[in-house]
Amino acid sequence: MKELNGVIAACPPSGIRRFFDIAAEMDDVISLGVGEPDFVTPWHVREAGIYALEHGYTTYTSNAGLPRLRELICADLASRYGATYEPDGECLVTTGVSEGLDLTLRVLLNPGDEVIVPEPCYVAYAPCVAFAGGIPVSVPTRWEDGFAVDADVVAAAIGPRTKAILIGSPANPTGAVQPRAALEALVRLAEQHDLYLVSDEIYSRLTYSSGHTCLGTLPGARERTVLLGGFSKAHAMTGWRVGWICAPAPVAELCVRVHQYTMLCAPHVSQLAAVEALSGPDDAVQVMIADYDRRRRVFVKGLREIGLDCPEPEGAFYAFPSIRSSGLDSETFAEQLLRTERVAVVPGSVFGPSGEGHVRCSYATALPLLEEALRRIDRFLRRSAGPR
Amino acid sequence: MTGLPVAEVSEAIATWERSGAIRRYKAVVDWDAVDEDPTSETVTAFIDVSLAPARGVGFDDMAARIARFDEVRSVHLVSGGHDLRCTVTGRTIRAVSDFVSQKLSTIDRVQATATHFVLKTYKRDGDSFTPPEQDHRLPVTP
Repeated sequence: MKELNGVIAACPPSGIRRFFDIAAEMDDVISLGVGEPDFVTPWHVREAGIYALEHGYTTYTSNAGLPRLRELICADLASRYGATYEPDGECLVTTGVSEGLDLTLRVLLNPGDEVIVPEPCYVAYAPCVAFAGGIPVSVPTRWEDGFAVDADVVAAAIGPRTKAILIGSPANPTGAVQPRAALEALVRLAEQHDLYLVSDEIYSRLTYSSGHTCLGTLPGARERTVLLGGFSKAHAMTGWRVGWICAPAPVAELCVRVHQYTMLCAPHVSQLAAVEALSGPDDAVQVMIADYDRRRRVFVKGLREIGLDCPEPEGAFYAFPSIRSSGLDSETFAEQLLRTERVAVVPGSVFGPSGEGHVRCSYATALPLLEEALRRIDRFLRRSAGPR
Repeated sequence: MTGLPVAEVSEAIATWERSGAIRRYKAVVDWDAVDEDPTSETVTAFIDVSLAPARGVGFDDMAARIARFDEVRSVHLVSGGHDLRCTVTGRTIRAVSDFVSQKLSTIDRVQATATHFVLKTYKRDGDSFTPPEQDHRLPVTP
């Protein structure tokens, strides 16, 4: 047989998969490895989905997505962050941020173009760049800096083929929120070198102390920024697959063009549910956010009490404690913790070299389970610190 | 959890307890889940009561009078076809029926009653008694 696509074949499978396979075979596992809310979609949103099915909204929608949904998305961005995008021409409904990222990179990149990706970061960033024909260029961030992106480090990685910088804030896996000053420095760099900025803001509503800076609102940023967001995290709608792209018209227009030939449209029922998510009451979302915050404080305090240094996670629903005190690398730590204490965490190394020495713990888990997980991790640490 | 110091929260609770804003603490019990002893069964009925109002007090004196019965768990003045909506509990359907026919409907100014026995409780005071929703998430996801 002839060779399959070399870029895809060369891309290693996600390091998360192995832990899924081990955990799936065990009983009584407390999983802190889940990258999605433990809440079910709020009832009024589910009910809108049921209504849509009942009434036969099972067809395609326009390629860009339901006009009403695009209006709501743009109005929400405007009222929350002061970002101004035209529902017609600058906004596109996608099948989750995952599709949004894929479309964006395909539209921005010519073969061999480089994209700077600060790490540790979401596992799909670098592969998506490669699949779009680009070359991902990782730049490190340090937990001593709260994983803030250092513009000097980014500047050093910029070369003649650099086309864009891809950043997620609040971040999976670190829970870090990029300080406004760090983002402003990136915008200045982008202006100097004529780069695009791709900003994954799927966790924008899950910030706890610092608030969210929408990259598209920073001076000089709008014309070169592609904003990605969606409903999965704040509205607990991961399985519905609805997200959006907001971008200057030339970029958005080409995104629609790829989307119309590949995806056609995001699921109609999911779009109608998303309309309800944005137009209906927001109480359920606020309750979820408050609950994540409560768990975050209990869990981070607990991690520190059992001796794991943990940078303050200010967004998303992840803590990214340092496990260096255990003397184990993150892969070994995660595997031994799972096998001996049945707590699933994700080794930080799967999110990039700067994640080594950390594990990602999702606190989107009921409080009693988090407390039990802390007891088990404590026991694990004591045992591994004992005579060897 | 509230972001306030422990002492401040304790003090606030103590203040509300003293002022009566917090009356007391109760357990939320799903009685259908407590099924060992059939003699411990409780029957609940919603009873709508129509009253003749009296000058000066309206329905307040009658509502207070009905609320004094131990069998009566709640009393509300409501709009619509009746005046009061009461919740009444008893050991048996017979006991609740006897209460309505012997005590409630014989009170002066009670003009009519309509009794609705509770067959099953799904939600009460914001607490749901249906099974919690399953966690369908995979154990490890990106």
